[in-house]
Amino acid sequence: MEVLAKVHAKNIVKWAADKPEVVVFSADLTSSSEADLFRDTYPDRFFSMGLTEQNMLSMAGGMAREGFTPFVHTFAVFLYRRALDQIAMSVAYPNVRVRLIGFLPGITTPGGATHQAIEDVAVMRALPNMTILSTGDATDVESVLDVAQAIDGPVYIRMLRGEIPRLFPASEPMVLDRARILSRGTDIALLTEGICSEEALRAVKVLTAKGVSIEHLHVSTLKPFTDPQVVEAVSKAKYGVITMENHTVIGGLGSAVAEVMAENGVGRRLVRLGLQDTFAHGASKQYLMRELGIDAMALVRAVEGLLDTRFGITENDLSAVRLTAIHSDAKAEAL
Amino acid sequence: MASSASAVDWREEAERVARGIRRRVLEHVLRNGGGYMSQACSSAEIFATLYSRIMRIGPSQGPLVPAPFPGVPSATNKHYFTGAAYNGPRNPHLDRFYMSPAHYALALYAALIETGRMAPEGLAHFNQDGASVEMIGAEHSPGMEVTTGSLGQGLSQAMGVALARKLKGETGRTWVFMSDGEFHEGQTWEAMQILSWHGLDRVGIYVDVNGQCCDGKMDDVLPLGDLAAKLTAFGARVVEVDGHDLDALASAAEHEHEGRPLVVLCHTDPCRGLDLLRANAPKLHYLRFKSAEEKARYAEYLNRLEEG
Repeated sequence: MEVLAKVHAKNIVKWAADKPEVVVFSADLTSSSEADLFRDTYPDRFFSMGLTEQNMLSMAGGMAREGFTPFVHTFAVFLYRRALDQIAMSVAYPNVRVRLIGFLPGITTPGGATHQAIEDVAVMRALPNMTILSTGDATDVESVLDVAQAIDGPVYIRMLRGEIPRLFPASEPMVLDRARILSRGTDIALLTEGICSEEALRAVKVLTAKGVSIEHLHVSTLKPFTDPQVVEAVSKAKYGVITMENHTVIGGLGSAVAEVMAENGVGRRLVRLGLQDTFAHGASKQYLMRELGIDAMALVRAVEGLLDTRFGITENDLSAVRLTAIHSDAKAEAL
Repeated sequence: MASSASAVDWREEAERVARGIRRRVLEHVLRNGGGYMSQACSSAEIFATLYSRIMRIGPSQGPLVPAPFPGVPSATNKHYFTGAAYNGPRNPHLDRFYMSPAHYALALYAALIETGRMAPEGLAHFNQDGASVEMIGAEHSPGMEVTTGSLGQGLSQAMGVALARKLKGETGRTWVFMSDGEFHEGQTWEAMQILSWHGLDRVGIYVDVNGQCCDGKMDDVLPLGDLAAKLTAFGARVVEVDGHDLDALASAAEHEHEGRPLVVLCHTDPCRGLDLLRANAPKLHYLRFKSAEEKARYAEYLNRLEEG
């Protein structure tokens, strides 16, 4: 599996070359939110806002009204927690073209509770006019800007940084409100988002070898949430549905799936893997994923629970899995 | 527009507008049984001077009687409009106006009526279900363009507009009307730092320093201290004026402030032109008649005003 570095930093420079309307706002986390190459390449379109997040969000709203598209870069927590009123009234209410690039989603940082955006999807999903996208690999990161820019309203992006695997072929870009179907199956419907998808792929590979039939969807659009593939997948799952998210189980992917199941009268068991209504703390991603039950083993246990069986799968079995880029068979239909 | 009136004319005109704002707001408050009266008393000359002399704006493009509420902005609402049309056409060399403390809407509507930008009948829509002439104005309300009822967000939004205009090489100024209570908000001070740092010197701010906030006198709620010194330290060019002196208000706009934002602190009296209000001090934020006798006193005063 290919692992790439500074994917967003390089991509936005290339992407914005023929888009003079794109400007970047940064709140003193320019390198940390991979806006440094944009700053160096287009200094006239880069605005250092210091640690003034509330002002920055309202300014972005004002500027968007004049035909520019501000891409606001900082850690996700400093967007939706620090400046929620400003996002609601200066950006979401007027439905303007502001792109909120939120870094460090969930427990992808050892920075502790202050830096971990664990309820961002819940908060932003409740805002009218807001679109929410989540990235899970390098291909998502490279294609999410096109998806966002096609939307005539505000967009919030859970963005990954640093070293990112390429799980999906570069030739298969993210599509709005359309999950990537990573495997087909009828025993379990599995819906994952963000970094959980890579972790889930390991478990699915081992479970499939044990004879479990899993339909695995990688979800990159959390709002709107009207992808018909979701209803199809949950409707045919004989033993139940599992969601796995780098987020609290309240208000995120698990809740969105529960709403779809209830509204469509799909009576299946639903297991929501994610932070179980708890804050996290400063530790490594691997440690926290294990502690909070959003790693491959947690998924194995959830599947075993729904099937009421034990497969005897070990940590070694899971870590031995080699991942290669997964072609989504949803893609052929989308084209 | 400033250019069309002679020096004497504009002053007489602004005086008439200011008198009209107070009278019209009082009339409305009596009809409505309450309202934001003190804000009109303190800000009448500021609005009058902005519209009669300071702002370079063209004639209103809005309907004389405001259209009904068009529904909230959304991807599917194609009928949505803002109230910016009442402040003239969009033009690179013309000014823009942003009213931040949205509860001053009644005073703003009265100013639009007195300057011929809105019909007097428009005020009958005030706070009526389905109307755009809202009590706490929002961006669809006449004379407004951004949603600023959550205090402290108007300046930053106007700065985003000003930054965009700067990148586009537009020469028009961007005027912001603020209340002194907004200087309690942290966002305002974030904005002041960024205004200076990014040299947004086409932004001009008129502040109604009436010393009042919702709970009463600001000095009792949370004193601002030396606001001029604070703003100067934040990099602004500060001009302090008597907020009821038309000449002082108008000439403040002419102060050189290259590379720095201009902030005009307009010291005002929240009971100016309506001494009856003083009996309510320090609770002046919203006038609500406590008795028929009190209301009758205000009605009698209005009659005297109207008889000249």
